[in-house]
Amino acid sequence: MGRYFAIRIGRAALTIVLVVTFAFVVLRLSGDPALMILGPEAPPEVLAAFRKAWGLDDPIWFQYLDYFGAIAKGELGRSMRDGRPAIELVLERIPATLALTVPAFLLKVALGIPAGIYAALHRGSAIDRAVMMTAVAGFTVPSFVLALLLVLVFAVQLGWLPSGGQDSWRHAILPIATLSLGGAAVLARFTRSAMLEVLGQPYIRTASAKGVPWRMVVTSHALPNAAIPTVTILGFMVGTLIAGAVVVESVFAWPGVGRLLVVAVANRDLAVVQCILLLVALTMVTSNLIVDFLYGFLDPRLRAKGAHA
Amino acid sequence: MTPLVSIQGLSVAFGGAPVLRGIELTLQKGEALGLVGESGSGKSVTWLAALGLLPRHAKVSGSVRLDGRELLGAAASELDRIRGGRIAMIFQDPASALNPVLTIRKQLCEALALHRDLSGEAVKAEALRLLGLVGIPDAARRLSAYPHEFSGGQVQRIMIAMALAGNPDLLIADEPTTALDATIQAQILELLSTIRREMNMAMVLISHDLGVVAENCDRVAVMYAGRIVEQAPANQLFADPLHPYAQGLIGALPPLDGPRRRLIAIPGTVPDPAQMPDGCAFAPRCALAAEACGATAPTLAPIADDRAVACIRAEASRRALLGIAAE
Repeated sequence: MGRYFAIRIGRAALTIVLVVTFAFVVLRLSGDPALMILGPEAPPEVLAAFRKAWGLDDPIWFQYLDYFGAIAKGELGRSMRDGRPAIELVLERIPATLALTVPAFLLKVALGIPAGIYAALHRGSAIDRAVMMTAVAGFTVPSFVLALLLVLVFAVQLGWLPSGGQDSWRHAILPIATLSLGGAAVLARFTRSAMLEVLGQPYIRTASAKGVPWRMVVTSHALPNAAIPTVTILGFMVGTLIAGAVVVESVFAWPGVGRLLVVAVANRDLAVVQCILLLVALTMVTSNLIVDFLYGFLDPRLRAKGAHA
Repeated sequence: MTPLVSIQGLSVAFGGAPVLRGIELTLQKGEALGLVGESGSGKSVTWLAALGLLPRHAKVSGSVRLDGRELLGAAASELDRIRGGRIAMIFQDPASALNPVLTIRKQLCEALALHRDLSGEAVKAEALRLLGLVGIPDAARRLSAYPHEFSGGQVQRIMIAMALAGNPDLLIADEPTTALDATIQAQILELLSTIRREMNMAMVLISHDLGVVAENCDRVAVMYAGRIVEQAPANQLFADPLHPYAQGLIGALPPLDGPRRRLIAIPGTVPDPAQMPDGCAFAPRCALAAEACGATAPTLAPIADDRAVACIRAEASRRALLGIAAE
């Protein structure tokens, strides 16, 4: 068991290093931050001074090592735009994002999982087909289209809800709805197929053959098995809590991490972008670790493998 | 004497394709019946249909009576009491027949709690007794283990213990040893025979292994394409099969003594359930088929006291068989 987790933690660390490296390379290749921030009309000596101040004239490998050294010491750099520590800028946006993503996550679970289970248990029924059609629509429609559609109906036509901003809880309804509908659809489909797979297994027939009432077959024999694949997708959803709302925050002018990312990328504000990417990588990797841990808890076969590995 | 189970005209169709086409079968208390036939002949479906374990889209008709009470269309709660309580079932692949995420204790005690008036420590004590009965060593410690921690043979023993939990009158063993090594097979069959004798339980042994059936059953029913084509006491069937299909099956067995001979294979394949021939389903493969065989399907008719065969050429086939034997 200990080794099972040591290997996974090692892999997680490697993933973070790769993400940070990738971010570093891509951002350095995509344009000169001095020009982006100061503008093309800036005098050459000002540009040179800016580059020198931010270390942009050092060789790229030096910048890379320097950057890693700083991260190791917990220094994530300063925003090139307003000089404040990047981590501060990002942290102050997190509550706004969580105010959307956490309720959306809970809604996804509350809608998607029961819908998927119900559809699987009533396979081929009218309700199953309706759930699946909604699910397909839910995850093929991109979130910005859904967002605009909701704005059109509830803000423009009906005038019930505001179309953007962060002034009251009413402003959060449309962004949360946009985020949760697509996710609930994905989750419903996933739960349904996991459940159908399990219901076709011989041990379900064994349980029925020994006289277990169908309700109990579903709750105590099928669900614990179907939970294993479903946890994978849930883990992925937890991983997107911090930065899964980039598009939605932009559409609804919600001042969260996602919007900060869009603005920072547009401005080549390297420290901020890297800081957000690091945070995203950390949440993703952490949620994957939690999923691995849950697998061990849900599936005794994996637990055994870990013990022998 | 009312039979323990009596099946009449049991038919099953999946999406319009008939899989069972009028099964007639009775089973006495304490009797061991072998059910043989090729894969897809309907051996397992017969009992899954009887217990209401087929998927909902299966169309089931006919009658299955247990001690005179009709099972087809019975209420779910009544079927739940019968399954595991009066009629228990064990399956072919023990490794996938137990729930991988639940302990043996949970799965065994669940069956005990459902069918026996036991609670608390008594459940555990009975679970341990059953595991001891089927020969699981160190049962007390292994009760908290998961299915993957046991070997295939041990899992089948646990399945048997679970099946015995409700003190059933009938055990359906659906190819119980097909997935196991030859030595383990013999042990499991031995265990089943012993338990059956001690508990005076009836057993249906579904198998495509004629040797297994010959050794363990009093009576044998041969199935072909969703029908029973011959029923006879085991010794008589093997000595003197009447239906050409049964003859073909037994002729395909290598003899243990005497000169080596070519094994006789039955030509052709089993007909597709969606395209059953009119008349006898075996006629297209039968060496003795006459014109009349293609017209109407023969019904299972008594030919002696405890024998029945569904073949209009049964007498001719018997003579042909004796002719071959005399050569």
